[in-house]
Amino acid sequence: MYRTKFFDHLILIAGVILMLGPLVVAFTTSTHTAAEIHSNGLMLSIGGHLEETYGKVLFRKGGFTGEVTGMTMAVNSLILGLGFAIGKIVLSMLAAYAIVYFRFRFATLAFWLIFTTLLLPLEVRIMPSYKVMSELGLLNSHVGLILPLLASATGTFFFRQFFKSVPDELLEAARIDGAGPVKFFIDVLVPLSRTMIAAVFIIMFVYGWNQYLWPMLMTTDESFYTLMRGIKQILQVWVGSQIPDYNEAFAMAVLAMLPPVVVVVIFQSWFIKGLTESDK
Amino acid sequence: MASILIDQVSKIYDGGVHAVKAIDIAIEDGEFIVLVGPSGCGKSTLLRMVAGLEAISQGTVSIGGRVINNVEPAERDIAMVFQNYALYPHMSVYDNLAYGLRNRKTPKAEIEARVTEAARMLEIEPYLKRKPRALSGGQRQRVAMGRAIVRKPAVFLFDEPLSNLDAKLRVTMRGEIRKLQRRLATTAIYVTHDQLEAMTLADRLVVLNGGTIEQIGTPLEVYHRPASTFVASFIGAPAMNLLDGAIEGDRLVIGDVSMAFGAQPGTTGSVTVGVRAEDLTLAGEGDQRLPFKVDYVEELGAHRLVHGHLSSQALTAVVPVEAEITEELQLTVAPERIHFFAKETGRRIERPGSPVEGGAVRSYAREASFA
Repeated sequence: MYRTKFFDHLILIAGVILMLGPLVVAFTTSTHTAAEIHSNGLMLSIGGHLEETYGKVLFRKGGFTGEVTGMTMAVNSLILGLGFAIGKIVLSMLAAYAIVYFRFRFATLAFWLIFTTLLLPLEVRIMPSYKVMSELGLLNSHVGLILPLLASATGTFFFRQFFKSVPDELLEAARIDGAGPVKFFIDVLVPLSRTMIAAVFIIMFVYGWNQYLWPMLMTTDESFYTLMRGIKQILQVWVGSQIPDYNEAFAMAVLAMLPPVVVVVIFQSWFIKGLTESDK
Repeated sequence: MASILIDQVSKIYDGGVHAVKAIDIAIEDGEFIVLVGPSGCGKSTLLRMVAGLEAISQGTVSIGGRVINNVEPAERDIAMVFQNYALYPHMSVYDNLAYGLRNRKTPKAEIEARVTEAARMLEIEPYLKRKPRALSGGQRQRVAMGRAIVRKPAVFLFDEPLSNLDAKLRVTMRGEIRKLQRRLATTAIYVTHDQLEAMTLADRLVVLNGGTIEQIGTPLEVYHRPASTFVASFIGAPAMNLLDGAIEGDRLVIGDVSMAFGAQPGTTGSVTVGVRAEDLTLAGEGDQRLPFKVDYVEELGAHRLVHGHLSSQALTAVVPVEAEITEELQLTVAPERIHFFAKETGRRIERPGSPVEGGAVRSYAREASFA
């Protein structure tokens, strides 16, 4: 077995500092007041305003309407992240199931059509998508935020590859055991795909959580603002002698980072467990 | 429990490949039929057509008198054991056994009773709560059999169920499958490419080659009176020696060797001569002598396989261990132990005085129905 040496640890520690450093600085800086930050720049020491700043960011009503709190934005981001992840998984699993297990005409063509949409990300089709949503009357709604981004070529491709690796005998055994297409999907394929679902969930949740451009375009109503827009908002108040609330922006960034971290940590352990004990 | 009638069944794939060609087999209730042949002979395709996993291109399959061509696999009253077991990896052994019953809306108590009974029969009770990945190959095999048993089907279908096991376990499981099938008296179709498995398990063998039936018969019939050179070389280990020869008058000529042939050979001219290695013996005083050049010897413990040449044609003979092996041996064979096959077709040439070949296809009453 390979024995880790001093030098290996050195490299790993350097990596940790490189990755965690900015986060730590963001956190420590967020505990100072805005004025201190404005005059001193980033700070490594812990200031005395931790609870005050974070409480303000989470619960102070702000915005033009004076109704929006950090919590509302966090809930919106969460809805977006979860809606994205769950919607995409359901949709791409069903699409992959159809492509792999049902013989219909143009199945391969259908797959490649789905696959080529990878070349058309949201940014390319953003105006048409906006128009469609606006005509459907879905501007300023969660459905409008989530729906146009649900079709996922990547997800479909992942699940297609996975379903193809499931031995055919399993389907045959299930057919002899009297399981129809729906039962086979729910009783056998979905449980077998647990690890794939976990992996796709991680990717898609973070993707949805971090959406910035699309929510900015789709929502004018402040009650649909997400955390990503909230951070931007805080820094946009450069009026007269007022300085931006740097501390709040940092605090919000730190808070905005937590849910994705939690998701990654939880699902990663399932993911690895699934990888190591899978036996097909 | 049911008889199976396979009537003129063919399988033609989309590309025009004719995998199974107009096959007829009548299987009696409770019979153990083994389909045997080299890979690509259509044996698995035939089994999968009976199971309903492949569509039947032509002909009909009936189970218990009911034509099942267009019946869903689950409605055919069959159970299948797959080569790779095909256990559901995410379900416990208990759930694996119970899944088919649950789908049939069997009452819970009944499921419990049947699974327990099957588990007892197969001695897998300690593993009921485990997942398949925590089981050894042999245990998984038992679970796969259990899944077939709990359903109490009319027909068992086995698709090379033992080929993933090591040699020793294969012998044990072979015996268990046979015992179980006798005990349950359920009709079974078993596919294998292993002629030994076929010989030991079958009530009747169906030897397939290139999508057609070469011979149907009891293991002994197939062994002692192979219907073609293909069957002769496929069934039995070592394979039957096949030599080019000719019959001239009452003598059999092989290369530059000839032997007197007392009985009527029933044919003349050039033929393929078949001799089992175990029918060749060392010539004693007064026997006809076939000079045999030894190339090499395989020691099998109980006896030896001697490979060599008889007038420059390869030949294998079984020689007792105590016999001394020199560079050239004198072999002999009883004339009635020699098989003749037509040179062009490879079909068996029946010799006068031996039973008619049609006997190979006649139905076979099982001796163990009451066991």
